[in-house]
Amino acid sequence: MSLPDNKGRFGQFGGRFVPETLMSLLSDLEKAYFSFKKDKKFKEELRFYLREFAGRPTNLYLAERLSDHLKTLKVYLKREDLLHTGAHKINNTLGQILVAKRMGKTRVIAETGAGQHGVATATVCALFGLKCDVYMGAEDMKRQALNVARMKLLGTRVIPVTSGSQTLKDAMNEAIRDWVTNVADTFYLIGSVAGPHPYPVMVRDFQSVIGQEARQQFLKKEKSLPDYLLACVGGGSNAMGLFYPFFHDEKVKMIGVEAAGHGLSSGEHSATLTQGTVGVLHGSKSRLLQTSDGQIKIAHSIAAGLDYPGVGPEHAYYKETGRAQYVSVTDKEAVEGLKLLSRIEGIIPAMESSHAVAYLEKLARHVKSKSTVIVCLSGRGDKDVDAIKQVIA
Amino acid sequence: MNRIDQKFQELRKKNKKAFIAFITAGDPSLEVTKKLVVSFEQSGVDIIELGVPFSDPLADGATIQSASYRALQKGVTLGKILKLVEEIRKETQIPIALMSYYNPVFSYGEKRFVEDAKRCGVDGVIIPDLPPEEAKELIGIAKQNDFSTVFFLSSTTRKDRIKNIVNASSGFIYFVSVAGVTGARNKLSFSIRKSIMDAKTYTKKPICVGFGISTSEQVKKVASFSDGVIVGSAIVGEVAKNSGQKDLVQNVSQYVSRLTRVL
Repeated sequence: MSLPDNKGRFGQFGGRFVPETLMSLLSDLEKAYFSFKKDKKFKEELRFYLREFAGRPTNLYLAERLSDHLKTLKVYLKREDLLHTGAHKINNTLGQILVAKRMGKTRVIAETGAGQHGVATATVCALFGLKCDVYMGAEDMKRQALNVARMKLLGTRVIPVTSGSQTLKDAMNEAIRDWVTNVADTFYLIGSVAGPHPYPVMVRDFQSVIGQEARQQFLKKEKSLPDYLLACVGGGSNAMGLFYPFFHDEKVKMIGVEAAGHGLSSGEHSATLTQGTVGVLHGSKSRLLQTSDGQIKIAHSIAAGLDYPGVGPEHAYYKETGRAQYVSVTDKEAVEGLKLLSRIEGIIPAMESSHAVAYLEKLARHVKSKSTVIVCLSGRGDKDVDAIKQVIA
Repeated sequence: MNRIDQKFQELRKKNKKAFIAFITAGDPSLEVTKKLVVSFEQSGVDIIELGVPFSDPLADGATIQSASYRALQKGVTLGKILKLVEEIRKETQIPIALMSYYNPVFSYGEKRFVEDAKRCGVDGVIIPDLPPEEAKELIGIAKQNDFSTVFFLSSTTRKDRIKNIVNASSGFIYFVSVAGVTGARNKLSFSIRKSIMDAKTYTKKPICVGFGISTSEQVKKVASFSDGVIVGSAIVGEVAKNSGQKDLVQNVSQYVSRLTRVL
């Protein structure tokens, strides 16, 4: 059976928990998306922009010195960091902007944490001449000033969100409020495999290009499938993009790496799958960081893009069924991962992707024999240099 | 028949419209909330909608967001609110519905919630982020307990969903006056009149209108084509304005009286 079901459920997770004003619109979007998905012209147009504008396919790069360093692992990096705008987010924004255009929407809104999704949204809006407003937590705007400037250059209005924790969760609240108010002309371009149905499936499909390419490339190079897939998980879009095309390859083990922030025992982390409980936030049922009264907790991570107390419902499903395993690494370990890849391979990864890189050391100790692994290098680290200057000094 | 149904039956006999007042429970304190509820009955309020504060109130505008935040800072929980209603029931039998986002109810456990709420004297629940499609279990448990489940209609609701929504609703149906979040507005769109007339062809259940209503003119106008009017942010704003003052309850009640008087 292919998931989600017709109600947008992945097992008990997913669904559509939104105010009534949005319900009819979501049905329209669902119908539109599933018809475009089969439409030859739509697929051709998307392929064109992914190739000519974004720079696909991305390389599957054998990190030889890193592999030597780790000894037990042969590491391939899926180089999403080489894409235009610097991260995998553009795969999804190109797909959704084509949906928005076909639905006749004239304005796009988005939420952003690290600013990568905001930049990718601002970019496709500039490309197609649509008005764009991006909601961003005031705290994140400070941490990711470079991306704020990029969005402004691209002609997007960045609206600071000062409610709550002033990070991604609050930006998403504010974007949903805007959407409810301007439901007729506005398209909400969600950046992760989260939100109400059909967003989790739509974003997964658009990001699946990562795993489809990686699978073919790996088969060509190694004449076999990888032992492991490794990706960081905040909302979970780059991980789902890599994992999904391998879903039926039962021997391929999938590992999602969450942000343990200051450590799981500190309570200041974003490890939703490993530490969270089942709940409903931002339109779907998934795992959440919440109190025993059902109030959402504030997440923490050094990586703004992982700093979210929820996670895509399909990941919750993968965890429940055991299809994927979820682990976590701390801020400190992630910084070490960033330094390691920079020095040993000449690639500065984004703070988010550095979580996946950092886990390699743990995985290397754990494997019994020489194993192959594909790491999704979801973004490049240029945006983080300012923020981590103090840490590496 | 619970207190909400009885109230509408009574109002219908008198050919009158319902005035439904929303306040956030625990803002500025649970003690004041209790006093407000008791006092509102004297001010002509027919039904109380008691807001359960939530950390991420995405259907609410700034006024109720702030009130929720203040209440949470004071440690208000769903459990404490149920106990509060139990206390309130010693003093008044005014119908009370809780308005909560889904996660606090889900976290409490739907069955346990309905049973505890019923036992404490709550008559129904309104959950803005729970459409009937996702509420089958809750509706089932509520029916067994004569507990109202109020669902929403909006001007964007497609015809094919109206029937399902009105069937799932009990107590009354909440018609959202504007596409948007809660909050007082100077202008309301009166094209909603037609939408309500359309919905009336599907149901005899009362249809009440909320979101954005703040003046006595608006109350009067909206009541002319619906079964009741829900005022929230305007009252919550009034509570905030009088915060810390000795005569808070008196001032807010007077404000509410000016709104109920026109019905």
